[in-house]
Amino acid sequence: MAAKTLYDKLWDAHLVKQQDDGSCLIYIDRHLLHEVTSPQAFEGLRIAGRKPWRIDTNLATPDHNVPTTFDERAIGVEGIEDPVSKIQVVTLDDNCDEFGITEFKMQDERQGIVHVVGPEQGATLPGMTVVCGDSHTATHGALGALAHGIGTSEVEHVLATQCLIQKKSQNMLVRVDGDLGEGVTSKDVVLAIIGVIGTAGGTGYAIEFGGKVFEGMSMEGRMTVCNMAIEAGARVGMVAVDQTTIDYVEGRPFSPKGANWDLAVAAWQDLHSDADAEFDHVVVLDGAGIAPQVTWGTSPEMVLPVFANVPDPAKEKDDVKASGIIRALEYMGLTADQAITDIQLDRVFIGSCTNSRIEDLRAAAAVVEGHQVAKTLKQALVVPGSGLVKAQAEAEGLHTIFTNAGLEWREPGCSMCLAMNADKLGAGEHCASTSNRNFEGRQGFGGRTHLVSPAMAAAAAIAGHFVDVRTFN
Amino acid sequence: MQAFTQLTGITAPLDRANVDTDMIIPKQFLKSIKRSGFGPNLFDELRYLDEGQPDQDASKRPINPDFVLNFPRYKGAKILLAKDNFGCGSSREHAPWALLDFGISCVIAPSFADIFYNNCFKNGMLPITLLSEQVDQLFEDTQANKGFELTVDLETGVIRGSSAGDIAFSIDSFRRHCLLNGLDDIGLTLEQTSSIKRYEQKRQQQAPWLFN
Repeated sequence: MAAKTLYDKLWDAHLVKQQDDGSCLIYIDRHLLHEVTSPQAFEGLRIAGRKPWRIDTNLATPDHNVPTTFDERAIGVEGIEDPVSKIQVVTLDDNCDEFGITEFKMQDERQGIVHVVGPEQGATLPGMTVVCGDSHTATHGALGALAHGIGTSEVEHVLATQCLIQKKSQNMLVRVDGDLGEGVTSKDVVLAIIGVIGTAGGTGYAIEFGGKVFEGMSMEGRMTVCNMAIEAGARVGMVAVDQTTIDYVEGRPFSPKGANWDLAVAAWQDLHSDADAEFDHVVVLDGAGIAPQVTWGTSPEMVLPVFANVPDPAKEKDDVKASGIIRALEYMGLTADQAITDIQLDRVFIGSCTNSRIEDLRAAAAVVEGHQVAKTLKQALVVPGSGLVKAQAEAEGLHTIFTNAGLEWREPGCSMCLAMNADKLGAGEHCASTSNRNFEGRQGFGGRTHLVSPAMAAAAAIAGHFVDVRTFN
Repeated sequence: MQAFTQLTGITAPLDRANVDTDMIIPKQFLKSIKRSGFGPNLFDELRYLDEGQPDQDASKRPINPDFVLNFPRYKGAKILLAKDNFGCGSSREHAPWALLDFGISCVIAPSFADIFYNNCFKNGMLPITLLSEQVDQLFEDTQANKGFELTVDLETGVIRGSSAGDIAFSIDSFRRHCLLNGLDDIGLTLEQTSSIKRYEQKRQQQAPWLFN
């Protein structure tokens, strides 16, 4: 039998039918829903008089719109001040109630960002196909699942048929060898990868992240990396299953139990690329060469080590690239060749589906402990990824470390990552953010986003500007 | 779904690479629970000088005279010319919905982001990938001739109207078939119900933990 990549194996296991024209029907094991991309899909089902194919594969939670202040959350959905946000959250509740779909509603402790909740509950498992109307669904590939974002028409398609019509992607391996230096995290690794392959480098590919760095990485770290596969253009990012994966999954509420657990673990042993499997494209990085990263521009590929200076368009030979640099510097309010450590910050955001898990909060707390947020900062927010992450952090006393240092401790949700709720940047404000996109206006009209790791964001909050966390004290 | 067979219309050039879905339709407009009404907020941050909010009267907002879709010569554009990696970023289908609601049902670019590309076909829209040189030629044609129109013929797979002559393009045969006939994907898949059920039975034996 021909050697297969992990992606080949996952694809083959879910192929229902291949048509003569090459289009494939792929079976979906887990469908996650949130309030922004699902209302039109449910409406479509109602109009066509269709019922969901398999209710038990669906799991929903509101995350994009939910307020994160304690006061607004305390009284439930009625407390959402923005009437338009409230309609979306209420609509999700109503749709889930009508169709009988399991939903962790806003007041449920299990509520949170859908990409934090899925793995945390064991609702996403190795070997599954996982989809959600959100591009960061690639996150779940960290468990050795085939996971990708879909549009609303496909949300309706999955609800109605349990399948998607797909074309197979090509295989890409991104291998990071060696060891990471002290203070260098999974976020720095994925930003460095995007810096190398570019925001469209993964278009048309499913990326497997392999090599010693990922083998030694925690599940939370792997989720951060796979989460940002889409920022490199790839819908799918994944990591092979190993003992770290299995240890993470064991005992979670939706994880298999008893005899089923043993069967599942046995089956999951095959969820890795065969040793002689061929990839269409291979990219290799040296882990030891990766420094803490900061994005300076308006695309995740506009990224540099913290000790670097922002580019000078006059030195760029390619006209298209030079004009892109000029436009980005202008939007970001930066001057050519300015040191990244000289960028003064207005706000800091620690959270999002990229970096709001317990490990992220621990890393940030370790940096800020015993310090005070810089007086020049308007706000530093810490938003846990789920109610359960919040509870865990509070049990460890992390919330006290944050609030003592002058950071705000919030309720779970997507928050300032995309500013659909009240947490947003003002025009011209610079933000050190642990989120995933630095597009123009992403965190608020005219806002200027710099993507960094939780430890780097925490250090920046104390200093008021970027600092190399490796030398920060 | 509306069928797409042939389209003739004003062609507007958006000379910018990596146009992301936040740019196409900013997040504050994603709160609608409908598929329509996004047109007035297409490219909101580029099109207007103020900060857009839901439920505004767009006709009263200050427009950005420097943004290409606001140029009188591109009024009523049905085809958008774009640069590399158009539609990158989020999976929001509000992006193609906004283009369609504005009146644009065909985008021509050297490359597209995967999810955006896929979402277009679900809405009777045609994204066409051409070589960079071909797209550059169309940019030149558009900029040189006021009122420049292209005709996109999906049936024959040809774009007509360029000074360089007809340009052939190709689309995956299944997607082409669905677009030409305005076919509903869900209806097509439900015709495969027995295959799906067979798959489920087999899968349940292999992986019982997935069927609780």
